[in-house]
Amino acid sequence: MNAASTNTELLEVLAGQASNQSNLRQEALRVFRQLGLPNNKTEEYKYTPITRVLQKELQLSNLFVTDGSTPAEEKWIIPVQDTYRVVLLNGYFVTDKSFLPSNVTVKPMLQAAEKLHGHIGRYADFKTDAFAAWNTAVWSDGLYLEIPEGIKLDKPLIIYYLHDSTKGQVKSVSRNMLIAGAGSEATIIEKWQSFGNNPVISNTLSEIVLHENAQVNHLVIQHDGLTHIQYLFNQFWQHTKSCLNSHVFTLEGAFIRNNTRVCLDGEHCESHLYGLYLLHNSTLADNHTVVDHRKPNSNSNELYKGILEDQAKGVFNGKIFVRPDAQKTNAFQSNRNILLSDKATINTKPQLEIWADDVKCSHGCTTGQLDEEAIFYLRSRGINHETARAMVLYAFASEVLETITDTSLRTYIDNLVSERLHKNF
Amino acid sequence: MSKDNQLLEELTSREYEHGWTSDIEMESAPKGLNEDIIRFISAKKNEPDWLLQWRLKAYRTWTTMAEPKWPNVTYPAINYQDIIYYAAPKQKAKPKSLEDVDPELLKTFEKLGISLTEQKRLTGVAVDAVLDSVSVATTFKEKLAELGIIFCSFSEAVREHPELVKKYLGSVVPMNDNYFAALNSAVFSDGSFCYIPKGVRCPMELSTYFRINAANTGQFERTLIVADEGSYVSYLEGCTAPQRDENQLHAAVVEIYAMKDAHVKYSTVQNWYPGDKEGKGGIYNFVTKRALCAGENSKVSWTQVETGSAITWKYPSCVLKGDNSSGEFYSVAVTNNYQQADTGTKMIHIGRNTKSRIVSKGISAGHSQNSYRGQVHVLKRAENARNFSQCDSLLMGNKCGAHTFPYIDVENNTARVEHEATTSKIGEDQIFYCLQRGIDEESAVALIVNGYAKEVLNQLPMEFAVEAQKLLALTLEGSVG
Repeated sequence: MNAASTNTELLEVLAGQASNQSNLRQEALRVFRQLGLPNNKTEEYKYTPITRVLQKELQLSNLFVTDGSTPAEEKWIIPVQDTYRVVLLNGYFVTDKSFLPSNVTVKPMLQAAEKLHGHIGRYADFKTDAFAAWNTAVWSDGLYLEIPEGIKLDKPLIIYYLHDSTKGQVKSVSRNMLIAGAGSEATIIEKWQSFGNNPVISNTLSEIVLHENAQVNHLVIQHDGLTHIQYLFNQFWQHTKSCLNSHVFTLEGAFIRNNTRVCLDGEHCESHLYGLYLLHNSTLADNHTVVDHRKPNSNSNELYKGILEDQAKGVFNGKIFVRPDAQKTNAFQSNRNILLSDKATINTKPQLEIWADDVKCSHGCTTGQLDEEAIFYLRSRGINHETARAMVLYAFASEVLETITDTSLRTYIDNLVSERLHKNF
Repeated sequence: MSKDNQLLEELTSREYEHGWTSDIEMESAPKGLNEDIIRFISAKKNEPDWLLQWRLKAYRTWTTMAEPKWPNVTYPAINYQDIIYYAAPKQKAKPKSLEDVDPELLKTFEKLGISLTEQKRLTGVAVDAVLDSVSVATTFKEKLAELGIIFCSFSEAVREHPELVKKYLGSVVPMNDNYFAALNSAVFSDGSFCYIPKGVRCPMELSTYFRINAANTGQFERTLIVADEGSYVSYLEGCTAPQRDENQLHAAVVEIYAMKDAHVKYSTVQNWYPGDKEGKGGIYNFVTKRALCAGENSKVSWTQVETGSAITWKYPSCVLKGDNSSGEFYSVAVTNNYQQADTGTKMIHIGRNTKSRIVSKGISAGHSQNSYRGQVHVLKRAENARNFSQCDSLLMGNKCGAHTFPYIDVENNTARVEHEATTSKIGEDQIFYCLQRGIDEESAVALIVNGYAKEVLNQLPMEFAVEAQKLLALTLEGSVG
């Protein structure tokens, strides 16, 4: 039961035993070893001591893979009517629990990988981020989804990542590839659920490609137990005239790092990135977003909001790149935070890097507290303090909630948020 | 478009106005840096032992440090052994008065429009002029002394007010603060020292004028301003350098110590030689500037207009330690041709009810890269801290870049921190509006740019504002995005 003491030891534990590896995996492993685990001098992890947390939590001799039994459905199904679903247990595809649309190609990543030569790792850069390299080197399984041209998925597809850590610690590395063909439409949701009291270390990386005119709504719901240490990397790649709506809701977890990257590699693309993080206890949530404008005439819009209580720690880093060719770009970004306790902290870094002149770009960020005047207004109308507070906070959060188009999904997330804010009106 | 190109052409072909050199007999140290050089500098200046020890300690710290790589600038590696660390105009004896100063020197400063001879009393500015590494003359000294204000060169301060220098040197920027500050602490040759006593409002603007003249030298000056309780001072700094093909290093340190109720206003018009239009030559301006608002209700405001330097790398900062203290930062940074600027500020809120305001305006043209990098840090006990930051970038032409790296770290829930940034070019509708009213394109751009930078230029003292506006027009008129 030794905790991995040094960085090298920890790195080797994460890398695991390598055997008959593809070239890409070997290359990624080399990069992973070369980069090493991030420390407080690593700019991208400056406020996110992920290595320290792993060192504290991860134990060498107590790793559990899976015995194949899936926890009872009612424990993890989310109450959204009529959906397709894919289930991954401790990082492995579970076919018999999955319920899949028929007009698309869905396969466990492990089976699809052979035919995907040159595609895996093509979009998500693993050369600069140790955890992306780790994922590329050792992923166990995941989902391969290909939506053919012109197909519109009639129901949302939910990917459930289940982690059973009742018998030991879980180290789960999953990798997805989602391809939305020209003119297709889909709503994809990612949700995590852990069982058991042992720590779960998960690393999920998805490469999501939107071909011409494709439209993708992508939602991430992070509402898992306090034993879950999570790294999530979603790389979106947009071709001409495609439209992306990305949502990231972070409500519960121990330690969360989200990389959301969008590359607008076509003209007339549209990207909307929304995020809401309601943090309490000692949760740390770190959202790193990159919007990379590579071609002219595209629009992007980003809104991340956070409410932090207790000793919660929030980190936001939003990068907007406008490449020399990307003239006539409109790119907007906003990050707003409310600190409710004197122990909560927020580190935010909105960042613009612009090489084209005919653009309109702006970013803004604010950090403040509850608007006392708004509370006073409500109090003076006979509403008690708790309700008034909840109303003001809910109003703050609803700007993001309103952007979910699917009603039953919105109701589900709305309920989670209301519960957290003790809203009962 | 052809007209645009023509105008851009005109802009890029403009010559640097202060590019001449003066023929003054110089005395300099051999190239290179080691402990002997430091001893040489110290001995040249007849420094007390404590200062030599301080320098040596800084040098030893420096040798253990690595040059920072994080700024968003690229330049060939600097060979620190290939620089002359000490160069001074040769003087036969100490000048007793201005009449004894080398006339060539006076001519140099006259060319720059600086009234060393106190002829232009009307300007009412007291000047400390620093040529290469050494302060050559300080004006209006007696008049200031009547009020108890000490304004003199750094070496003079070391001789005459050692207790003040010893107390405050390194109190705001410690010798091991960063690579260039450590280098400066080891080899600084001169600079200005200013002390404003309790309750005194300095009746005139104090000014330092820096000029690099000799080739292959680095300039390492140190400015220390101490404002005692309830005092006020407005301080100006200007800089120019001759046109040379090789890059020259300027690594200065400015420390401001503001006590209770003190108010210090520090303005810079930086016009170092920026290199030619192919990006050859120019000054590397790696400067550490920091103010400590130590007492309650103290206030420090930085205003800077940055037009020169091949590379600018500086972050005038405020450490807001006293309760109710406030810090301000106003900046216009213009880059053209192959200039690179990575500049911004740090506001560290430590005391209660501290306030800070940041207004940064970047203008990039040609092939230049202009970055704003700033930090607003609200510490745990900084109740009711308030910050407002605005950083705007204006792009002219499609070969340049504008970047923003703001860090906002809040650890107190009563803080209100706002940050906003925009990037755009000069609107065609704005130009059209001016054209419609009979203002030609060139004047329209000048008008718009001046309007864009007005918020900052308004903060400058009058004499400087005129110079700054002229500079802006010089570097930018006629360039249409």
